[in-house]
Amino acid sequence: MSGRYGRAGRSRPQSGGWELAVWYLMRLTGLGLFVLVLSHYLILHVIYDPAEQTASWIAEVRWSSLFWRAFDWLLLMLVLFHAFMGVRIVVADYTRGGVRTVTLMALYLLGIVLFVIGTLVVMTLPNVVPDA
Amino acid sequence: MLLRYRGGEGMLAWAFHRISGVAIWAFVVLHVIDIFLVGAAPDAYDTLLVIYATPIGIVLEWLLGAAVLYHALNGLRIIVMDFWPALTRFHRQLWYLNWLLFLAIGVPVSWVIFGQFARAMGWWPR
Repeated sequence: MSGRYGRAGRSRPQSGGWELAVWYLMRLTGLGLFVLVLSHYLILHVIYDPAEQTASWIAEVRWSSLFWRAFDWLLLMLVLFHAFMGVRIVVADYTRGGVRTVTLMALYLLGIVLFVIGTLVVMTLPNVVPDA
Repeated sequence: MLLRYRGGEGMLAWAFHRISGVAIWAFVVLHVIDIFLVGAAPDAYDTLLVIYATPIGIVLEWLLGAAVLYHALNGLRIIVMDFWPALTRFHRQLWYLNWLLFLAIGVPVSWVIFGQFARAMGWWPR
């Protein structure tokens, strides 16, 4: 374990390939999330009161434009990659052998399920347009 | 382990980053499922929204904001040191700068979240 963590984050993998790509992608998605998550929280928790964000508000107001649907889908893609690849490191730090394999499989399965249901709702939720 | 090990600021920065990261991951799992309910079971979503708007829910929302803000700022600090290793010498100062920014952004945001809390408690009119 010694030397694996410097004072910065996880040290850059020397092996190259997939692990190195994930290391760079964690930082790249992190930068994207810095903008997307903070603006998401600012808009939906500070500017608007979450208590008013009912299902019909989301369908008719929040997701009334392609821009916000695309914004939220991009946020979903970045956050799923960043969060699940991050928890993967945590799981690998505290487990080994069969427990690690089973936990990681369950983690990836959950990530895939969230990818599917999140994409489904943001792409298919109808805008119920109120009567003019 | 967190208090006994004399790792200093670097270790605390790492520990907080890990704890906030896992907490945000757990909320993301919940949040994707609740937004899925907007399409699959809108009434269930609206019921959940009432629970989120309780005083306890608003405290959790506030803690989520704190976790996100810490993780975002410290993540930027990690990126800066990864791609500009000379700055690793100043990792402590960068961490203190993080807390300065955390308070500068967090205090005004807390005021707004406290407004939601006060309304949920009936202290302020809706």
